[in-house]
Amino acid sequence: MIVGGIDIVSLTATLMGASTPVLLAATGELVAEKSGVLNLGVEGMMIMGAVAGFAAAVATGNPVMGFAMGAVAGALMATLFAFLTQKLLSNQVATGLALTLFGLGLSALIGKGYEGVRPPPTAKLDFGPLSDIPVLGRILFSHDWVVYLSLLLVAVVWYVLRSTRAGLILRAVGESHDAAHALGYRVVTVRFAALAFGGALAGLGGAYLSLVRVPQWTEGMTAGAGWIALAIVVFASWRPWRVLLGAYLFGGITALQLQLQAAGYAIPVHILSMAPYLITIIVLVILSAIHRHGVQAAPASLGKSFHASS
Amino acid sequence: MNRRSFLKTTAATAVVAGAGSLPAFAADEPLKIGFIYVGPVGDMGWSYQHDQGRKAIEEAYGDKVQTSFIENVPEGPDAERALTQLALEGNKLIFATSFGFMDAVMNVAKKFPDVKFEHATGYKRADNVATYDAKFFQGRAIQGTIGGRMTKTNKIGYIASFPIPEVYQGINAAFLAAKKVNPDIEMKVVWAYTWFDPAKEADAAAALIADGVDVLLQHTDSTAPQAKAQEAGNVITFGQASDMSSFAPMPRVSSTIDNWAPYYVKRAGAMMDGSWASEATWGGIDTGMVEIGEISDAVPAEVKAEALQLKDDIGSGKVHPFTGPLNKQDGSAFLADGEMATDEQLHSMTFYVEGITAEAPK
Repeated sequence: MIVGGIDIVSLTATLMGASTPVLLAATGELVAEKSGVLNLGVEGMMIMGAVAGFAAAVATGNPVMGFAMGAVAGALMATLFAFLTQKLLSNQVATGLALTLFGLGLSALIGKGYEGVRPPPTAKLDFGPLSDIPVLGRILFSHDWVVYLSLLLVAVVWYVLRSTRAGLILRAVGESHDAAHALGYRVVTVRFAALAFGGALAGLGGAYLSLVRVPQWTEGMTAGAGWIALAIVVFASWRPWRVLLGAYLFGGITALQLQLQAAGYAIPVHILSMAPYLITIIVLVILSAIHRHGVQAAPASLGKSFHASS
Repeated sequence: MNRRSFLKTTAATAVVAGAGSLPAFAADEPLKIGFIYVGPVGDMGWSYQHDQGRKAIEEAYGDKVQTSFIENVPEGPDAERALTQLALEGNKLIFATSFGFMDAVMNVAKKFPDVKFEHATGYKRADNVATYDAKFFQGRAIQGTIGGRMTKTNKIGYIASFPIPEVYQGINAAFLAAKKVNPDIEMKVVWAYTWFDPAKEADAAAALIADGVDVLLQHTDSTAPQAKAQEAGNVITFGQASDMSSFAPMPRVSSTIDNWAPYYVKRAGAMMDGSWASEATWGGIDTGMVEIGEISDAVPAEVKAEALQLKDDIGSGKVHPFTGPLNKQDGSAFLADGEMATDEQLHSMTFYVEGITAEAPK
């Protein structure tokens, strides 16, 4: 299906892969922020996931091990952040920024020997005849397993936050940690878990970057993807499906603008380059404005330190 | 700067000030040289090559010099901070290695008249600011020749970084050389607006490959486009700034290598014997600043011979990649018949040449 020199089917298939790192990181950050903690270290956790995942995949020859290690590395980084902010009550913004700088530096150190190395390929899932369905087959059944996992995670996060007791506790902790504490919930434990989950997803997203999307290890390769993920969480008003929309919109328009350029469209390049940022923000802001529901979107305790004595 | 080194520096300054007529740095005090890089030294491309030049200085002068660098410096206000930091740390010669550091260099140079600055690929100079650049477009002409001969789809893709003369020179030189050997050639340009962003570079490469490109040139610094081309299988690429030989023989069939080491060693030497002066250097194949990496076996022998011949002719000055008659994209005249472009003309090149159908950023 080709419209105006752009193959829509291949564009859609491309954007799903291209958006996956940001989608994973943003979904994880959403859970962390829902528990009331602002972790600005997404970029640092992603790049640690990228390098750890790459190293593990190269060492074992198994990309699945790579993704697992990427998630573990991200979770470890997040646990460090949780220890500093939840146990030692350090400032969340400053600690998050430090986590990013720490991750960028440490990953460069670990990654020294991996430049120019090829990772083992991550196979696309085989759906047999399903992927031969015209149009839909290419779009829906032509991806590797991480893409489906990322979509599944969005659905799980949405369901758990909305309809389960665990989700309710997590949200209670994020909205009012004092009230949650008074009810007997372990605020710090819940936040540790939420942060570790968020870190694992960021690490998984980073591993996807170095193992599938680029695929190679280069210092500083996340190049701001973590910050995009943070912005998407805010503009999506902390709602999982809007995070999905935002990530795909951003990834899609990024891919589209490059393809428009390649196809030689006479649209000013500057406008094309800023389009992903502009359109993603506009769409998400309009959505938030329409569905206001009269409540503040951000978790009420977001960014505030909690100590049981207060 | 910690307290101890601060005390040491202050003490040293006091001694020098007291002695009055002593030279600015005594013989046993190493010459401090600083660098700022736009990407990580591990990009295996642009910044990596500059860092090789830094190491060459250390190798040449041993403990007579002391070098340091700051990597990943964004182009913009932060560059001023990084440069100021290097100057305050006592570096007497500072290399700023990206075009976008230009205004930052000029501003900081004004505040530190005793510190000498070297700015790569820029055009603004002062008494204590020199510029240096390499004629990368000479390498592009050779890439264009190989690409024009080897393409089956007649489409050459170019991942461009920023719309500045250096990049236009590259696109135009590659196009003209390819056109010469293959009149049906079409140039596809994607502007990535970054020097270093592996994911975006990979996306740009994927977009071009999806559009039918089978020769991929990059003006960005990471090896991500090489990895994408390797994945596609039938696409050839060229190493950018560095040899990128880990992708040889396919997709990387050759490369343009920026060899800054001789220049850096020479300039550091000039600092030490006091002969340093602000000047503009633009080296090419002839001075060894631009090197052509090994042409791999994936290139047919006769194409390889043609490319090497062109390299020799450009090196000897017999051939100039920009020779008239040549029009700009809008049809207006650029060079008359037989006229070769001057350095000034190239330094202000912000247009496509006639025959490129893509739209230039305004």
